[in-house]
Amino acid sequence: MRARVVKPGFNFEYMMWLFTRFSALAMYLLAFIGVVAALIMGARSQMDLPTLLRWAFFPNPNHIRNSQIPSDAIAWINGFWKVMEILLVFLGVSHGFNGLRVVVEDYLGSSGLKPLVRGLIFLLWVFMLVVALFVILNS
Amino acid sequence: MGLNQKVGLFQGLKYQGGGSMLAWILHRLTGLGILIFVGVHVLASFFMQQLGTGLGTSINILYESWEFQIVVIFCVLFHAINGFRIAVLDIWPRLLPFQREAMWLEWVIFIPVYGLTIFILISHALPGG
Repeated sequence: MRARVVKPGFNFEYMMWLFTRFSALAMYLLAFIGVVAALIMGARSQMDLPTLLRWAFFPNPNHIRNSQIPSDAIAWINGFWKVMEILLVFLGVSHGFNGLRVVVEDYLGSSGLKPLVRGLIFLLWVFMLVVALFVILNS
Repeated sequence: MGLNQKVGLFQGLKYQGGGSMLAWILHRLTGLGILIFVGVHVLASFFMQQLGTGLGTSINILYESWEFQIVVIFCVLFHAINGFRIAVLDIWPRLLPFQREAMWLEWVIFIPVYGLTIFILISHALPGG
């Protein structure tokens, strides 16, 4: 494992470092909004705790199946939640793949394979974003 | 020994980094765990949605089983709680002198919450899965 050398200033490494921290806090905020909204919409009597947590982690229609919420309840399947899902997916997938990049680069060092590996991780990132967006927009 | 950067796995594990090193290792492992488990779940949901019953459904049934959930919830809970500590200490470095208290708080939150979760998962699983 090599020590990572980061040049000072506004570069990719610094931006991704900041993004990791802020995306983490943003995801916490989105989960909090999900839980509060669910409780306001009646989750206390219509949902058990695991379902509520599932909804908090990702507020999509499939995650209310195990509850007393009717499957066509508009408040749970409208555009607001679609936007929340898209935000969560973008933040989560990017946060995750940046993490993967950091771990892999720690063990790769300054090898010549680095641009190749970065490219591969970039492609996986785009792929997962597309798949997740597809699932969101089709449910 | 000097600065030797080619350190093997077992040699590295002998480093007495204590709780902080454990947190660092677990943060990486749980991060990778989330990528793999949740990623497979998203892919399986994609296949379930687009191709109906089959591989996607089977993978998701496996994913939602209580055995898997014990591992997945460990990954998510630990990564989130530890990550919150890291994010806060990175954004407000003035709190760094309180690293020890932060670690203590982290475990005090994680152990009961995760313990309760496994308790509930297993007590629901034992009567019949």
